[in-house]
Amino acid sequence: MKIELKNIWKILEQVTDPEVPVLTITDLGIVRDVCPLPASPKGGGEPGFEIIITPTYTGCPAMDMIAMNIKLALIENGYSNIKITSVLSPAWTTDWMSEAGKRKLKEYGIAAPNKKFTIALDGIECPLCNSTNTKLISEFGSTACKALYQCNDCKEPFDYFKCH
Amino acid sequence: MKSSLIDYTLHLADNALVIAQCNAEWCGHGPILEQDIAITNISLDLLGQSRNFYQYAATLINEFKKLQGTKAPSPAGEGVGGEATEDSLAYLRTEREFKNCLLVEQPNGDWGQTILRQFFFSAYQYLLYEKLQAGKDEQIAAISAKALKEVTYHLRWSSEWVVRLGDGTEESHQRMLKAIDELWRYTGELFISADYEKESGYDVSLLKDAWMKKVTEVFEEATLPVPEKVFMQTGGKNGIHTEHLGFILTELQYLQRTYPNATW
Repeated sequence: MKIELKNIWKILEQVTDPEVPVLTITDLGIVRDVCPLPASPKGGGEPGFEIIITPTYTGCPAMDMIAMNIKLALIENGYSNIKITSVLSPAWTTDWMSEAGKRKLKEYGIAAPNKKFTIALDGIECPLCNSTNTKLISEFGSTACKALYQCNDCKEPFDYFKCH
Repeated sequence: MKSSLIDYTLHLADNALVIAQCNAEWCGHGPILEQDIAITNISLDLLGQSRNFYQYAATLINEFKKLQGTKAPSPAGEGVGGEATEDSLAYLRTEREFKNCLLVEQPNGDWGQTILRQFFFSAYQYLLYEKLQAGKDEQIAAISAKALKEVTYHLRWSSEWVVRLGDGTEESHQRMLKAIDELWRYTGELFISADYEKESGYDVSLLKDAWMKKVTEVFEEATLPVPEKVFMQTGGKNGIHTEHLGFILTELQYLQRTYPNATW
């Protein structure tokens, strides 16, 4: 069973976020737990797994798609008895984002959450030229989780993944 | 299980849904692109909150019916097979069944009026969710704790805009005065508990002082006057609405009413 759980996590590590495709759902900390389920006739007599996920933002439209992608990825790998449960508590926080996730975000051109900026303010490091001479354009960006910035040095606009 | 909890959960859901729907009308019409995105982001957060509350209300209603073997205590939309769902509750209840407060159904007006409505409501929601996240109902507490993080942004953003417009140009100042005149009379209801609120143990009257303090603080910075005591309109929490809600629901519910059970 331990080996199976490890396999499930490995598969989950391949499922990406539809809005920020460089991040996987495990990078984001969306997957909270994986629990074995007893075999049931409904699941074709196979032992199953319950995947516990939590939404990033309450209204995030990507959540339904993420749940579907998890199911598909597991089915493709031969697991048919799958249950996906969404929990709200404890509330998701960017503290759960992996270091690898933060690095990938920066490479993708999005500034990663920075604990010194719990509120979005001027001075978030530009992911392109690393200058901290930047200004906040809007606390609301292209998705619920991001704020809009512009770098005063390289002049490029960029997204900041907000602390949450 | 008490039926008042169902009504209370519906009240929280309706508040969030109606203001989300009104804010969404700005989509593509915001004064500038960034603010168009901001108000629709806020709309999306609120829609998400309403979904969580409707899902919980549906669970409560279906459990209640099973236990009592009767119809749900409060009139509630019933979906396929007589089961309540988040969709049936949003799309198939009538105006009189909606329990949102009057403030959230007031028209968008100009940008100033939308901003002021959001500010009044966010300041209220912030204080309310802060209390509810420590409340005795676990699911309401979980939804509120999560929503509070989002409302923190809404409150900061709308406060900044109240200051920007109030202490802006002569024109923007005048418009804010007009918005206060339009909306102030609907703020009293926020702090008068309906029976279901009392029975659920959430006393909203306790939030009033903190709300007034926040409003006074922001209005002072915005060089706007806090109105003297005026007559306050009430009724929304018990289904007696202003004429605006009917129009909002007509648009919101059109598809399900015209093509029942349509999905996509």
